[in-house]
Amino acid sequence: MALSTHRTTTALLRHLTPAISYLRHISTDSTSTITVETSVPFTGHKIDPPSRSVDTTAQELMSFFRDMALMRRMEIAADSLYKAKLIRGFCHLYDGQEAVAVGMEAAITRKDCIITAYRDHCIFLGRGGTLLESFSELMGRKDGCSKGKGGSMHFYKKEGGFYGGHGIVGAQIPLGCGLAFAQKYKNDENVTFTLYGDGAANQGQLFEALNMAALWDLPAILVCENNHYGMGTAEWRAAKSPAYYKRGDYVPGLKVDGMDALAVKQACRFAKEHALKNGPIILEMDTYRYHGHSMSDPGSTYRTRDEISGVRQERDPIERVRKLLLAYDIANEKELKDIEKEARKQVDEAIAKAKESPLPEPSELFTNVYVKGYGVESFGADRKEIRAALP
Amino acid sequence: MSAILRKIIAPGGIPAWGIRVIASRTYSSSAGGKEMTVRDALNSALDEEMSADPSVLLMGEEVGEYQGAYKVSKGLLDKYGPKRVIDTPITEAGFTGMAVGAAYHGLRPVVEFMTFNFSMQAIDHIINSAAKSNYMSSGQISVPIVFRGPNGAAAGVGAQHSQCYAAWYASCPGLKVLAPYNSEDARGLLKAAIRDPDPVVFLENELLYGESFPISAEALDSSFCLPIGKAKIEREGKDVTIVAFSKMVGYALKAAEILAKEGVSAEVINLRSIRPLDRATINTSVRKTNRLVTVEEGFPQHGVGAEICASIVEESFEYLDAPVERITGADVPMPYAANLERMAVPQVDDIVRAAKRTCYRSVPVAVNA
Repeated sequence: MALSTHRTTTALLRHLTPAISYLRHISTDSTSTITVETSVPFTGHKIDPPSRSVDTTAQELMSFFRDMALMRRMEIAADSLYKAKLIRGFCHLYDGQEAVAVGMEAAITRKDCIITAYRDHCIFLGRGGTLLESFSELMGRKDGCSKGKGGSMHFYKKEGGFYGGHGIVGAQIPLGCGLAFAQKYKNDENVTFTLYGDGAANQGQLFEALNMAALWDLPAILVCENNHYGMGTAEWRAAKSPAYYKRGDYVPGLKVDGMDALAVKQACRFAKEHALKNGPIILEMDTYRYHGHSMSDPGSTYRTRDEISGVRQERDPIERVRKLLLAYDIANEKELKDIEKEARKQVDEAIAKAKESPLPEPSELFTNVYVKGYGVESFGADRKEIRAALP
Repeated sequence: MSAILRKIIAPGGIPAWGIRVIASRTYSSSAGGKEMTVRDALNSALDEEMSADPSVLLMGEEVGEYQGAYKVSKGLLDKYGPKRVIDTPITEAGFTGMAVGAAYHGLRPVVEFMTFNFSMQAIDHIINSAAKSNYMSSGQISVPIVFRGPNGAAAGVGAQHSQCYAAWYASCPGLKVLAPYNSEDARGLLKAAIRDPDPVVFLENELLYGESFPISAEALDSSFCLPIGKAKIEREGKDVTIVAFSKMVGYALKAAEILAKEGVSAEVINLRSIRPLDRATINTSVRKTNRLVTVEEGFPQHGVGAEICASIVEESFEYLDAPVERITGADVPMPYAANLERMAVPQVDDIVRAAKRTCYRSVPVAVNA
């Protein structure tokens, strides 16, 4: 079985609790530093890994909890909407992987770029996207982030540094290295995080792009979100070497517990510093998705229900942060439950509003084909019936 | 071995194009007029656009130190430096994807494919990452990129190095596809392509690089641009319309000369733009002449001529006095032997014969191999 075992959070907390009794109650607005150890140390490939002691604050931990709860709720709600046939086509859900999205955001700015594949709803949210934009897009309405013309796999938020949302496995990797190329060209001292899965990790274009990124010292960080399954194929059945953080060969890599938001934050901050000085680095996030590959996949023909529930019990990213918040007395059970209720409420409200958003106007069929259409003619299915001049 | 093929170097290290006989000019030069090769026209266009806009950069195999596989980018590395003229490894999928990503972020890359045959390794990025992005993102992500390079048949380079990609790329919404013929086209269309905010596939022709054409003072001006989506009537006529693009325009003009001596006045249209296709100009011409011959080097099935024929049948059916004729490359992979290669691409005689068929409705005799 490909899954590695990790020390459980309770084992971690057993290590912490003696110290906690000496701590004063820390208010949720506190910005004083708390130092937490990651669940597992980082493993480096051709690089000295960062320390497993991560600095955080009560405020940050609360924001992790809030954001991840919102993301989790959004994905669960999307599941229901899909089953109700309000979402059509493909719908790839991210629940279980939230720590990667929030940990990354905590380490970077909106001037840094993120590009990912089709499991993009939560990354979109992290980059400043709203629930309304997300649900409207999923249901193909005009208030969607792509005005209903993209769908689940094509969320974008350019002003938030989010470049999509890509349906072709692996294509986002050279694209992301291209974003890094532009950042370097413009001397803007920012980096690009290119996210891809363990399935995409075997793509040739990854190695082509990585070669150029390394050759030209581009500020590109390749992040393998290893949820151990490329669609239905387990990593050990698809990759001769599933040590994805080592696959860069001459490019250094780091293996990270992707279910630990603080570990993700530490790794991303470390990677950003590295990339700005030394060029590309690979981060392998050891993570897990609770849903199948997409809504068409029950997710149980190639893995056991025990495995799924085991991860949910032992490694759930939200539970980890909840335990930290409780242990450090930053919030109590009721406050956290209230936050989750609030998340649910926000999601429900956004869905209600999104349902009211109309479908795009028929004329939108012909918009945005080009930036500059020169009034050129385009045609509908029956060109004698429907023609348009492209704006 | 393949690396040598791709650089198309004859034994002895002389680039193959250097040996080729420069074709004669197709029309008399204007009094005191300047002439320019297509290669120099492209070079000057790249130079001017890179000078005017610091976000324009050139990347591709051998574009820098080698001065360009066909010398189109000669001198640009010296002038603009390695940050803007970038020699890439032989990894089309990787560098094309990177160029598209750079365009997402606001740069204006010009990607050179040593020939468009190699663009097939990168075609996913051209279509799915570039052409469709503005639409899928509803205008958030625009892709101001140019993919350029030689397209179609060269001479003796065999099946894998001779395909014409005009029809494939031109079928894709979101792309613009241009095909210059002469030096004025090369300058004006390349400058327009680089300035255009959308992805443009720019199909050059290796055999035209060395050809010299007259060029007006207007065309030499650094602000010169040709409109995208507009065909040019190279020669006016009244009996039959011949539509062609790229190298075949030259052949069509030669055919028109021959036809004129036999009393047939042919109107020759240089498409310049395959997508958008200037249906208006073609239809107006056919409504005048009532006969149409389309000429292209590419494979016949689902080709450019097929689309033009469909457009005429849809828009100007009653005006046709004869069935539309297509002259295309042969429906076979490109052979190497010189005699077979000659049979695999259109010749001037083919165009003349087809034009005559439209005029006299003579029954064609098929050659049985």
